[in-house]
Amino acid sequence: MISQLSWKVGGQQGEGIESTGEIFAAAMNHLGYYLYGYRHFSSRIKGGHTNNKIRVSTRPVRSLQDDLDILVAFDQETIDVNFDELHDDGIVIADAKFKPVIPEGSNATLYAVPFTEIARELGSSLMKNMVAIGASGAILDLDAKEYYTIVSQTFGRKGDKVVENNMKAIEKGAAFVQSQSQGQPSKLKLMPADGRKRMFLIGNDAISLGLLAGGCRFMAAYPITPASEIMEFMIKHLPDYGGTVIQTEDEMAAATMAIGSNYAGVRAVTASAGPGLSLMMESIGLAGMTETPLVVIDTQRGGPSTGLPTKQEQSDLMAMIYGTHGEIPKIVIAPSTVEEGFYDAVEALNLAEEYQCPVILLSDLQLSLGKQTIDTLDYDQIEIRRGDLNLEPDLPELKKGEYFKRYKITDSGISPRLVPGTKNGIFHVTGVEHDETGKPSEKAPNRKKQMEKRLRKLQDLPNKFPSPVALNLQHKNPDLLFVGYVSTRGAIEETIERLEQEGLKVNHAQIRLIHPFPTEEVKPLIEEAKQVIVVEHNATAQLANIIKMNAGYGDKISSILKYDGTPFLPGEIYEKCMQEVVVYGNG
Amino acid sequence: MATVKDFRNNVKPNWCPGCGDFSVQASIQRACASLGLEPDDLALISGIGCSGRISGYVNAYGFHGTHGRVLPIAQGVKMANKDLTVIAAGGDGDGLAIGMGHTIHAIRRNIDITYIIMDNQIYGLTKGQTSPRSESGFVTKSTPEGSIEPSVNLMEMALSSGATFVAQSFSSDIKDLTSIIEQGVKHKGFSLINVFSPCVTYNKVNTYDWFKENLVKLSSIEDYDPSDRGMAMKTLMEHDSLVTGLIYQDTVRKSYQEMVKGYKEEPLKDAELNMDREKFNELVQQFI
Repeated sequence: MISQLSWKVGGQQGEGIESTGEIFAAAMNHLGYYLYGYRHFSSRIKGGHTNNKIRVSTRPVRSLQDDLDILVAFDQETIDVNFDELHDDGIVIADAKFKPVIPEGSNATLYAVPFTEIARELGSSLMKNMVAIGASGAILDLDAKEYYTIVSQTFGRKGDKVVENNMKAIEKGAAFVQSQSQGQPSKLKLMPADGRKRMFLIGNDAISLGLLAGGCRFMAAYPITPASEIMEFMIKHLPDYGGTVIQTEDEMAAATMAIGSNYAGVRAVTASAGPGLSLMMESIGLAGMTETPLVVIDTQRGGPSTGLPTKQEQSDLMAMIYGTHGEIPKIVIAPSTVEEGFYDAVEALNLAEEYQCPVILLSDLQLSLGKQTIDTLDYDQIEIRRGDLNLEPDLPELKKGEYFKRYKITDSGISPRLVPGTKNGIFHVTGVEHDETGKPSEKAPNRKKQMEKRLRKLQDLPNKFPSPVALNLQHKNPDLLFVGYVSTRGAIEETIERLEQEGLKVNHAQIRLIHPFPTEEVKPLIEEAKQVIVVEHNATAQLANIIKMNAGYGDKISSILKYDGTPFLPGEIYEKCMQEVVVYGNG
Repeated sequence: MATVKDFRNNVKPNWCPGCGDFSVQASIQRACASLGLEPDDLALISGIGCSGRISGYVNAYGFHGTHGRVLPIAQGVKMANKDLTVIAAGGDGDGLAIGMGHTIHAIRRNIDITYIIMDNQIYGLTKGQTSPRSESGFVTKSTPEGSIEPSVNLMEMALSSGATFVAQSFSSDIKDLTSIIEQGVKHKGFSLINVFSPCVTYNKVNTYDWFKENLVKLSSIEDYDPSDRGMAMKTLMEHDSLVTGLIYQDTVRKSYQEMVKGYKEEPLKDAELNMDREKFNELVQQFI
């Protein structure tokens, strides 16, 4: 029996490939397996090859598997494009309708199952997906009945007959494969799982849940891949909390509308990807200069320009740290797991109000859209902190011409905050340099004081931020330290398991607080490692450069980079380590 | 109750002597006092340019934003606190060049704020370049041969974009302007007010005298009915949009906020931020 399985379904976009994967995954989740799913898709509504790769495991997984055990194909292109990924003795299940062929001389087994024909006999060719699911189940030696719960959940609304027909499609798909395999025991029988059903969600869902639980009550956003799910989730749920979402005319409106709302006392956010973030930069500068809280979620995708809109990349890093003109206080945090996406979204809202500045929550396409099981999200960890905001102050009447000192110079740099509508609290807000009351002032001593006040705010953040680096420090003086951020965590963790089997001592640091950089935390890790490899999805080693700039040790740090749009596989990092980077030595 | 004086903050504007914007400032102060507002209840959001400074010249919660983004900021403020009176103000460059996208969509969206465009048909603060409201043939530093682009027909555009309140006034007619602003603030929805506010330094064509000669008061047109959109459009066309007064008002259509699902009577800023455990578990269950 096997402890994990890699399964992929592929076909033309718009053909129900995604839902085929969803139903297969849901059934596996029902049995208590851990799952990790990743969709390959293109920027079009219909047509073009798409696939959904799902890893099934008896233990938690945060990365795709290197290869493939089962490939379900709805067209020949799926076989042609994905066959290289298949195990030598892997299995292809394909619709007999297109007369599938696999490369000559291959050890793989092909089951040409009449998906479409069986589905038509049952009344609708739409059910070919269910036939494929049933066929997959037979390979795993799974009883077709195991699908019943999920089928009735999915189709129950459409009536018993539809549920019954879909179950029949599954059973017939399974029966066909069983008849072909002539009673041979399955090589791909999975070890039983713990039977516990888990949350199965994409990173964007976790981030959205965090926003909602963290008190976000307004969102302004413009649709973009791979961020739109956040807006859609909030549109669905915010009205239950009195809040709302406005789909704006562009990202500049989205960011500034969120700024207006935050200024007036509502926790407001926007979410986008690279192109949208580029348009928001001036507004982010406004939030920094006016010390207005603002949370912006950047779900990174392939750049530059329109780039690879549906593909994985981590190339916005430098732009998120430095991408506004002038110098502002700004916080950039990067969740490295789906769970952290949830907690960090809550925290981003807190930090924005506590430090009165823009906070960028940096995700990437793989984390945002990768769908995985998680054990739990902890309600008790949700905490709402609003810093120096006073919503009901008892203020003395202002003298004629006097304003409240909204930008009062303080030791921490953080000033008392009121919202418009507060009695006796009038102050001015401007992106022009201003004095303590917010009135424009270009005087040199004032400029210096206000500039220093703003930048002083974040000085202590690296010490206060909970776990600025997600650490796995098994070893003292390791041979190797891996550093990454966001979704590379899973692939790095699995690479480490393999390297450790070869006797290497490997530590791992996934950077979570990107800016201000947690130098004090990271520097000693680099110091004690013999070699440091930074793994990231971009072509110019942006994270490595940030680390070198802050912590030094340039000669110790090398990079494994990927920028072809596909996520790192554990085997890939391992191979590169062996070939190119690691200098072996016993010392 | 607050008086006009209470809306003054003793800050000396950096506008040129004779600038039309002084009258806009005075009219906002008079209208707010006359409406019985308190300075604490007013948020005045402004854009960038000479006119953009206005939020610093009225005793109220002022927000001087970025160039062209006055409307999204103002809409965000109003969404957060519907009890505030939100007035947005900026120049014709701010609202009709760099911010045009927001202007059309704010008109369409119909959130209950008032937008005052201080229209001087020139870029003043950058010292005299053509604006989207400059007339064709207008000679500026950036159009030495005369502008070859026609000006934006703001009033017709507003009508065709679904505006529910469209008015135009002239800064030397403080009485009319004050009255228009009052009506705009009272209007339940987005109110657009264009104010001809001459730049005495850089616009030597569209001067006070020029406007006095060319503007027609709608009150002088017999049987003019501002609830008749067709008549409004026809009148604008007949007079090349050089009219003042309330051009069009739709009192039937509800404002954006009145139509938003789940939007409550209490301002959003007072909404509960904590989610109870039961609700949280319900949400979590949706993913299992």
